[in-house]
Formats: sequence, C-alpha cells, structure tokens
Amino acid sequence: MTGSTVPASRVPSLATGAKAGAERGRRGGSASQREPGQFLFSPWHLVLIPIAIAMLVPMVWMLATSLETLNETRHFPPIILPHTLRPANYSDVLTQAPFARWFVNTMIVTVVTVAGNLLFCSLAGYAFARIKFFGREVVFVLILATLMIPFQVVMIPTFIIVKDLGMINTLYALIVPNLAGAFGIFLLRQFFRTLPVELEEAARIDGASRLSVLFKIVLPLSGPALATLAVITFLWTWNDFLWPLITIYTPNNMTLQLGLATFEGTHQTSFNLLMAANVMSMLPVLLLFFLAQRYFIRGIATSGLKG
Amino acid sequence: MAEVAFENVSKEFPGGTFAVDDLTLSIGDGEFLILVGPSGCGKTTALRLIAGLEKPTAGTIRIGAEAVNGVSPRDRDIAMVFQNYALYPHMTVQKNLAFGLRERRTPRRETDRRVREISAILSLDELLKRRPAQLSGGQRQRVAMGRALVREPKVFLLDEPLSNLDAKLRVQMRAELKRLHRRLGITTVYVTHDQVEAMTLADRIVVMSGGKALQIGAPQEVFSRPANLFVAGFIGSPAMNLLRGRAAPAPDGIWETKITAGQLCFERAGVPGGEVVVGIRPESLVPGGAELTGPSLDLEIELVEPLGELALVHGTVAGTAARSGAEEEEAILLDETSRAPVTALFSASLQPRSGDRVQVGVDPARIYLFDAATGEAIRP
Repeated sequence: MTGSTVPASRVPSLATGAKAGAERGRRGGSASQREPGQFLFSPWHLVLIPIAIAMLVPMVWMLATSLETLNETRHFPPIILPHTLRPANYSDVLTQAPFARWFVNTMIVTVVTVAGNLLFCSLAGYAFARIKFFGREVVFVLILATLMIPFQVVMIPTFIIVKDLGMINTLYALIVPNLAGAFGIFLLRQFFRTLPVELEEAARIDGASRLSVLFKIVLPLSGPALATLAVITFLWTWNDFLWPLITIYTPNNMTLQLGLATFEGTHQTSFNLLMAANVMSMLPVLLLFFLAQRYFIRGIATSGLKG
Repeated sequence: MAEVAFENVSKEFPGGTFAVDDLTLSIGDGEFLILVGPSGCGKTTALRLIAGLEKPTAGTIRIGAEAVNGVSPRDRDIAMVFQNYALYPHMTVQKNLAFGLRERRTPRRETDRRVREISAILSLDELLKRRPAQLSGGQRQRVAMGRALVREPKVFLLDEPLSNLDAKLRVQMRAELKRLHRRLGITTVYVTHDQVEAMTLADRIVVMSGGKALQIGAPQEVFSRPANLFVAGFIGSPAMNLLRGRAAPAPDGIWETKITAGQLCFERAGVPGGEVVVGIRPESLVPGGAELTGPSLDLEIELVEPLGELALVHGTVAGTAARSGAEEEEAILLDETSRAPVTALFSASLQPRSGDRVQVGVDPARIYLFDAATGEAIRP
C-alpha cells in the first residue's frame, strides 16, 4: 500500500528500489485515478464506521418495531426484519391518542422558546459583549455559573414560582422559564465579540442606535451563531421530558415526549405503537438537522467578514 | 461644515497611560488637518475623540460652537473612514451608501438622489449592486469614502485610509482625495503615520508623540523649521542625519559660537554653549573635492541605493550619532561608536560606489541645531 503511494522520484538511494517503486506507482495509477499519497479510505474510517453502526442500530430497530405486530415485538431475540409490515400502527397511534394535539403543543412550545432565546439572548449577549456598564463582568460570571447548577436542583423552586404565577398545567409553564438561557447568552456574546468592532462604530457614526446596530448590523452577520443556538434550543425543548412531566397533567396539554410516555403501561407496553409514535416525533428533528447542516456548511464557507 | 477645537483634552486609559495628553488644537472651517506620528502616539485616539467613539477624561472638545463631550457619535454629524473600511459585508454598495441616510430618516427620494450624486463623483455607478467582498481594495476604499461623504457631514474623519492600498493606488487615491477636498470643502481630519501623505495633503500638520502635539504648522514650515529633535527626525524622508556636538562660545562673547561635531566645524551667532545635536538633511550634503571651503565631512560609503535620477548613499562619518526618538526601529549592525551613520542624496551621474571615501560639504545655513538635553531647536 505505502509503496504505491510514494512518488517514484522521491524513493531514495537504491536504483532497484526506485525502479520497483516506479513500476508499482504506474500500476497503481492505471488501476484508479488516485493521486499519489492518497489512501483508498482514511484510517479514521476504521473508527467512524463502527461508531456509525452503533448509532444507527437503535434507529433501525425503532423503525422495524414501528412496523411489527404486537406479538413480534415481544419475540426474543428481537426481530429486526418484520415478517409482515403493519403500517396500521401509525394510524392506530393517531386515533388512540391525541397525538396531533401533542404535536401542535410541542410545536408551539418549541417555536416560541426558540424565538424567545434568539431575541433575548441576542439582547443580553450584545450587552455583555459591547456595552460597558458597572458590574458587567460579575453579572456575566454569575450567569455563566448557573450553567453548572443541575436542573434537578432548581426544578422545585422553579416549579413553585411557576405555580404561584398560575401557570401549572398550561403551555406557559413550558415556555416562560425557558425564554432565555445562560448558554445562549454565552454563545452569542462570544460570537459578537469576534465581529469587527469598526462595523458597529461605523454604524453608530452613521446614525444608528444601539438597537439598530444590533438588528441591522450584528444579527445579519451572526447567522451561524444564531443557527447553532436555534438548533440546540430546538432539540432541548423538543426532547425535554422532566419539566413537562412535573408541570403538565392533563393529556390535552401534554407535549410529544410526555405523551409518548403514556404508551408505556404499568403492566404492558405496546412497543409497536410507541415506536411508531417515536418515529413521527423524530421527523421534525431529523428534518431540522439536515437543513441546519447545510446551513452550517454555507455559513462557514461564506464567512467573508473582511472588508 | 464647522470648526473643531480641542481645549486641554486628555484621554487616560485605565492603567494610567495617557493616549492624548493635554492637547489644545483648533481646526479651521474647511481645513485639511493631518495628525501624523509613529504608531502609539495618540493620533487615532484624538480622531476617535472627535468622533465620539472615546470620551475625554479631561478637557473640552467642540464641533462648531457646541461642546460635544457628552454627545453621542450619531448626533455629532461627523463621518469617518476606517482603516479597514468597515463596509457592511451583508449589504450592497448601494445600501452601504444609503445606510446613514436611512438611519436618519431621510426621505427615499432624497436618499436616492444623494447616493446617485456621490456615486457619480467617486465613479461607483457600476458597483452599486455589488457586495463589499466582490470589490477590489481601491473600490472598497472609494465606497468607504462615499459612505462618509454622502451624508454631507460637518467634519470628515479619516483613519489611515490609504494604508491598505498598494503603493501605486495610494499615490492615485491621494491625489483624488485632495481634489475631493477642494471640491467639497469639508473640514477634514486625517490620521496617518506616512509623512509623505501628511506633506502632500495637509493644509496644516500636527506632529504627535506620546499624546502631545509637538509641532503644529504648514507642511513646509514643519519641514524647514522643525521645533524639536523629534519633529526633525520624523518629518523628511530619508530622515535627517543627527550628530552629537559641542557649542563653545568665544571667550569675549562678541564672536560667533563655534560648533564642532566630529570633523564638522562651523560658527553661528547667538548659540549658547553646551551639548548640542547637529542636524543635516540628506539633500543638503553636497559631494565635492578639495575645492570645498565651508564645513565638510569625510563620508565613507557603505551602501548605495539607486533611485533613478538620484542615488541614496548610506555611509559613516567620524563622530557620534544622536537619536531623535522618531526612529521606526533600532538601528542594527551599527556598533561602531566612533563613527556615525549618515545618509546622503547624490546625483546618480556621480556613480557613487560602496567603499568610496567622499568629501561632502554642507551650507552652514542649512544645518539645524538642537539642544541635546531638551531636544528643542536652537534658533538664532
């Protein structure tokens, strides 16, 4: 392998070695259009392929289970290729549970939370990045420190506040406490600080107010950071389970993750229905992932801030 | 259009460094003033103080009759061109030009008219639909100027606007800038470290160092009558030659003071005795032979740089070099203390060669004298 990758001219010392190398090089060259010095695959693939398989197996298993009959799901060892496809699982989910309602609830909560994070974290992040005020560093460190407190610690106090605000068992309980977050503030502050400050100074001299500078100059140039925050907030909110579990108790106000849990019974679980519901609840996340992935690549390729 | 004035203005940064130190300066209506000095001399801070991007820690800044210390940049009616142009990358040239007008709620019709007008003046018509990333350096520079001028500001500020251009374009833009200023007559403050730009563009130059204005005056005056050693060393290219010397007044006080620096020896009236620094511009050194009657130096040529018509000659003479404090770099490879480096400009037809020893003469009237202790010019 290595012999064919070394260009003949670079093979040192022995004339015979050089000749053999040249021959091998020629043969390798005619067999494929590879450039010298390139492997068929990177050694990284030896690591990445097993990891990819390990990540894909649960997905495939979920998809398979969602198309099986209840009996097949209980078979051991598990059946990966169902004998007969049962797409009716999907329609069963939609009729047996208020699945559409959960979907809409989750959508509302997620979209509003993402929008709130983009807005409020931009404002706060910009203030921390560019506006000098007394105690800025201290407040910023305090906000950062909240990242280190586990959710389980603040869960009960937050619950009490939300209860006192009369939001228990409403979608407000899911939205309001999450409208801004330390992570988003940190992420955007760090990104804003990388933008050339002259752009903002030029805009201020041009007559823009601080808010104008943020919305007309800074945010249009922060696409990649905003996209990152949007995707991460979307995933967190969409997949959140614990907080909805303790604040929502009527099925009509549930989110998807909470609703899915109701498929798990005390004595038996309809795994085929649960997995069908799971597949449906995952689709928006997958869709977003593929869209955002394209956006990230574009964001990196065209980050022509200079000039 | 308006005057700009600094009244005892200081800007102290946290940590106690003074970027601008008790600066008093008035800039006339329609004047082209250039702040020039080596990097870190406070010239950019002075400009940012006018723009309102920095707040003075002491003193008053006036634009027109109004004290603007507490006025935000947007309300000062000034425009600024940044060194890296700071064009908004996500907007087309058209939108870049219109941004300031739109932010000030100028009616769309009026905005369009002014954008058309300025893009005609700066020949930007072809570029209006492009984005900054699609422009060349010179084009970006013109857009940056257009964006500043389209608002018809009271004061036009430029922070090293030509430093990112290649040499040829810089010369061309320099001329355009001067024409533009003549045409529009806007009060202009221009920051540069390039003394050629300063000499060619300015109505008046302010030479700055350590946050202080060392000399304020017309370019020719600053060149031919430098107030101190720093200005003498900074203005003029190649830089003035400086030698340590002694002034010895004649005992009876009637005769002129005798000044010696190495082999150089001349007399001048009204010079107090003591340590002095003798300054000679490279252009003042005239090569000659035995016929030289005035003061002269025995120059040993080390290096010749042909410039076409002229040749830049680097060599050494007997004596001790003095420093002006304006040198860009510490001189290297000059550890001989008994000889001082000297630069001269000879006609190329003389064909100076390295290794030659040449007798160079100098008109005593063209020799500058500075007090070695204070650096101040000693003038008759």
